[in-house]
Amino acid sequence: MGDMAMRGFPRKDGRKGIRNVVAVAYLVECAHHVSRLIVQRSGADDVHLIGFPGCYPNKYSLDIMQRLCTHPNVGAVLLVSLGCEGFNREQLRRYIAASGRPVDLLVIQQSGGTTRTLNAGLDIVRRMRAELAKQVPVPMALNELVIGTVCGGSDGTSGITANPAVGRCFDWLIENDAACIFEETGELIGCERIMASRAITPELGREIEACVDKAANYYRIMGYGSFAPGNAEGGLTTLEEKSMGAYSKSGSSPISGLIKPGDIPPRGGLYLLDVVPDGEPRFGFPNISDNAEIVELIACGSHLILFTTGRGSVVGSAISPVIKICANPDTFERMADDMDVNAGRILQGAELDEVGREIFDLVQRVAAGETSKSEALGHQEFILTYKQFEPIGPACLPAA
Amino acid sequence: MSANASARLPPLLLLHPEDNIVVARRDIAAGERVELDGESFLIPAAVELGHKLARRALAVDARVLKYGAPIGSMTTAVARGEHVHLHNLRSDYIPSTTRDGTGGH
Repeated sequence: MGDMAMRGFPRKDGRKGIRNVVAVAYLVECAHHVSRLIVQRSGADDVHLIGFPGCYPNKYSLDIMQRLCTHPNVGAVLLVSLGCEGFNREQLRRYIAASGRPVDLLVIQQSGGTTRTLNAGLDIVRRMRAELAKQVPVPMALNELVIGTVCGGSDGTSGITANPAVGRCFDWLIENDAACIFEETGELIGCERIMASRAITPELGREIEACVDKAANYYRIMGYGSFAPGNAEGGLTTLEEKSMGAYSKSGSSPISGLIKPGDIPPRGGLYLLDVVPDGEPRFGFPNISDNAEIVELIACGSHLILFTTGRGSVVGSAISPVIKICANPDTFERMADDMDVNAGRILQGAELDEVGREIFDLVQRVAAGETSKSEALGHQEFILTYKQFEPIGPACLPAA
Repeated sequence: MSANASARLPPLLLLHPEDNIVVARRDIAAGERVELDGESFLIPAAVELGHKLARRALAVDARVLKYGAPIGSMTTAVARGEHVHLHNLRSDYIPSTTRDGTGGH
């Protein structure tokens, strides 16, 4: 790596953040606009907007908001409530306060409406940023990192270039005891047996097969697999073909555990994130877009996200930086401003290891504070919807 | 990698020795002569980067192998070098859909 050393902001729970963000969180859609105004008028890149739009209470959304608001990259949180919604704002506030972070809550109905809440919010954010500016980062090692990977806008090049290059990077990160998470079991349909054979125990292997069966059943009921028209335009024909390409992001390390959104990997190793809800389909598609997957990876503690794309995605995320790895050399040429790594050059003769190494080095530079392309462009997409999950079973996280 | 060096790379990629399809490494024009399994082969119709061609003739219901793994079954027979895509390959799991609602099987 270069001359930039990784550093992190130490948190009370022992984790470290590679960013020190003030999160402004709306607790119902009715508080979204006021929250967005606070973020926009703060004029600061490190004030990020997150939130949950629904008015009905939901255990999953409370769990995920708790995880996001106490994510190591988050230094302080301002909660914005309308006042009458079902979200348990007091529990969320207590949870954040217990993490040692500055937290404040504005209730629009009590603060006196849009303008008063906005002004109060701007004051709070200003104070929080001043407090965070005093925090001193400390050295951080690879074994303290959690890295998630996701693909979006896959095409016929994804499984040949960007995805296996991320797989190489994952193998090296895991050799250094980092925790790496891959996901979207609905996009791993067809890979269940190969994946199960990589599990560190046979019982975990059976859990992995069962969770892919669950995904296949869920998507069948929905009537669509996780397969977009652009996938076909880019040369992919079937869901299992897309799956095989997506699967190569996982590299070749043994699979240490199967986790669900909000579960934090207990130690280094490779983890599969089961994103498909448990029980009968109730709230619609598991993850309605790529950013919903990114949010769940972040809720599992991911400090940064490796996003591979063939057709060309531009998204980033609130809270954690997104590194864009472009699989298709034509797409890279068209959208170079949005892409951090040109993995498509593998088709033109570059070695997989060379691109894997570039990603591995970039992970460390972004962890050291360098901004990724999407981050510099201000991409801070965020989406959280209703879901339901049962806790993971005892076989899902075997003792190391 | 210079453009010249990249132009010398074989335009068709075999990803696994057991595969019965190959993948276009770049856009290939109709009538272009390329190497397929060590033989010179005339591309019958233009094919785009990332798309698949039959490595050999495939019968109806033949399982298509890519990365050495099954990725679906043929719905019509194809000749060697033909484009393999939504019009002749279906998922063995969940049908694929396109923007106008067609393409599923």
